[in-house]
Amino acid sequence: MLEDYFRQYGLIAIFTAIAVILPGSLLVVSWLLSFLRIRPSKPNDVKRSPYECGMELIGDRWPQFNFRYYMFAILFVVFDVETIFIYPWAVQFKQLGFFAFAEMLVFILILVIGWAYAWNHKALEWR
Amino acid sequence: MSLSLVVFYLLGAVCLGGAVGVVVSRNVVHSALLLLVSLMGVAGLYLLLLAEFLALVQVLIYGGAITIIVLFVIMLTRVQEFRAMKDNPQWPLAVVAALAMFVLLAAAMIKGAPSETTRQSVSFEELGSSLFTQWAVPFEVASLVLLVALIGAIVIAREGGEE
Repeated sequence: MLEDYFRQYGLIAIFTAIAVILPGSLLVVSWLLSFLRIRPSKPNDVKRSPYECGMELIGDRWPQFNFRYYMFAILFVVFDVETIFIYPWAVQFKQLGFFAFAEMLVFILILVIGWAYAWNHKALEWR
Repeated sequence: MSLSLVVFYLLGAVCLGGAVGVVVSRNVVHSALLLLVSLMGVAGLYLLLLAEFLALVQVLIYGGAITIIVLFVIMLTRVQEFRAMKDNPQWPLAVVAALAMFVLLAAAMIKGAPSETTRQSVSFEELGSSLFTQWAVPFEVASLVLLVALIGAIVIAREGGEE
């Protein structure tokens, strides 16, 4: 049981290690090659721009964003917390039976009220 | 057991490295991203302590939601002013507060440290069945709390917009 637990999370740890080491080592290799002049450093205005193609940037790199974005962040956090509660329910769904299903239905319904409130007060629209 | 100790020190290094980076970094956005590194290290520590659900909460709530909120706050403030601010005049106060906190935590750890404990795991299955049978009412109350938070956020945001 415990060995199985650590074997599964060991696999995730290996994936995480590869995901960190691979791009990191590529950056280091690129940095080392710059000493051998295989990767010469010749910056110009086009290379330095944030987007090499597409729209020309307007204003500063750090604009002050509209306050309305915060609304979406708050909504995201609330429904993110809701997701957390759905996980243990989903794992035990077959064993828990109808009562837990009804419980989850009530739980989601209460949050649907909040969602309907947000929709009704045009919080999801851009004004 | 020695392997888990090695993993513990590795994860501890990730946590501390991220935390030091948050304080040392001059760029606020870099600080926020390094905070994410530190929080993920804590999630790894939870996994090592067999607290699967807590690790999931750590990744989804702290790694996902809280970091997003912090980044949004940085986006919404005038970051240029923070970038110009190279030093904070309140740093001696911060040093005193941090030292006091360190002494308090160290004393608590030395005094109340359990000598020998066996790790016990609470599996997802046990958690699910107890949450939906024994703790059914607090679970439903949690959704009401979320509803209040949602409506409160909308009301506050609307008032801000009308000004």
